[in-house]
Amino acid sequence: MTPAIQAPESESADTARGRRQPRPHSPRLSARSMYRVQRLVRPNAFYRGLAARLESFPRLRRLFTAAEERVKTDLFGCSMCGQCALPVTGYACPMSCPKQMRNGPCGGVGADGACEVYPDMRCVWLEAYERADGQGRAADLNRLQRPIDQRAWGQSSWINYWQSRDEGLWTDPGAIAVRPGLRRTTHQGDGRGGPVRRARHKRRSDGDGQVPS
Amino acid sequence: MTAEIGPPRGADLAAVRSKAEILRGWVDAVNITDNQGSHVRLSSWAGSLAAMDAGVEPVMQMTCRDRNRIALQSDLLSASAMGIPNVLLMTGDHPKLGDHAEAKAVFDLDSTQLTWTARTMRDECKLLSGRALDPAPDWFIGAVENPFAPPEGFRAQRLAKKVAAGAEFVQTQFVFDIPVFARWMEQVTDLGLTERCHIIAGVGPIRSLRALDHMRGNVPGLHIPDEVDRRLRGVPADRVAAEGMRLAAEIVQLVREIPGVSGVHVMAFGYERGIPEILEGAGIGARGDSVGSDHAD
Repeated sequence: MTPAIQAPESESADTARGRRQPRPHSPRLSARSMYRVQRLVRPNAFYRGLAARLESFPRLRRLFTAAEERVKTDLFGCSMCGQCALPVTGYACPMSCPKQMRNGPCGGVGADGACEVYPDMRCVWLEAYERADGQGRAADLNRLQRPIDQRAWGQSSWINYWQSRDEGLWTDPGAIAVRPGLRRTTHQGDGRGGPVRRARHKRRSDGDGQVPS
Repeated sequence: MTAEIGPPRGADLAAVRSKAEILRGWVDAVNITDNQGSHVRLSSWAGSLAAMDAGVEPVMQMTCRDRNRIALQSDLLSASAMGIPNVLLMTGDHPKLGDHAEAKAVFDLDSTQLTWTARTMRDECKLLSGRALDPAPDWFIGAVENPFAPPEGFRAQRLAKKVAAGAEFVQTQFVFDIPVFARWMEQVTDLGLTERCHIIAGVGPIRSLRALDHMRGNVPGLHIPDEVDRRLRGVPADRVAAEGMRLAAEIVQLVREIPGVSGVHVMAFGYERGIPEILEGAGIGARGDSVGSDHAD
């Protein structure tokens, strides 16, 4: 059933924008330096103010988001899911996993660490584990990652982070000993207070069945 | 004791029924695979119903590959409504590895999140959206793990995440390397997971050198140690199948002796009729009618 004419795999993923198929990406900066940067960009009054400001000027927001995409695509193979897990995955992006697994590697990792889908690439979760473990942050990987909001693709995760919309994306590492709740307690994903409020696409097929999709 | 049945590529359930009938009395439950290896087959829920018809308790496998969270929850509800008592939740193989490589990969949830969703549906009577379910579904929730894939330091922890999410039994990848499996079991036991979750070791026969080469070269995440390779290559060509069956029976015996192992899951694709022989070789006799027996022990 394979089509007769097929573009070479490398060509289908030349640009970030053209990339529809996630594939593993080895981060370009060391985990140590990323954890340092992380300390500098934690949400505070300044960043919250900046994020609010950016959001009130759509053009500025788009520029900022484009810059974020540029930087993060290059560094992490970011595909702009808008709800960044990097701080708790050793700064290796789980969304670059072909199965977009947020809770750890699948069972198909080769003994040599190869991705099962792209055998010439290294499993991004091995990167995540080694990078986090090397910095004493392996426990981060024990956090249970809640399902993502698929409406947030294309948004700036920095803005969402500074606006505290990422809270509850994952549990505490200690939650592994109990049975944590599935629902996020802060952002409820109701389309009003969450990352979606600022979604670029206003067109919605509201869940009341009026609009056939 | 559990085994695995792959539904046919065709619109007839007779194959599932006949395989289930062969296994009836030998195993407590049979897994029905969900388009295994991303190859289109008859669905796992239809296969599960056929197994129930044949008097064998099914374990309905379910992957995140083809369905988003709406369809997954709907199918989970349906499974419970139809009386399917066990579900096995996994991420699933990527479409690229199957017979429709050009298909869209869904992966809206991962296996841990699907497990978490199922447990929430059953124990909190709630959907992922928070909406209430009436009545709540009821199944035994299973997951999978591969103790042999890197990173070694994280594999037991990953199971701990699935157990925290709601997994009550776990079936493993094929065990061929007993020391590695035993080491993983130690980690799992140290984490207290054997108290909260039944660990069922995956075992299966390698019945030809071609199968051996295929499994060593093409099956992701499968680890076959050199001594297994030497052993199977060391016998005359016409004895490889028998040697492979004997090896599987020995592995069944060995894993059952490892502390914390609750059971064995036998996978013999296309050779389900040979499963009783493996169990017999391991000193496990046929038991009574499997329906109504305890889950996954």
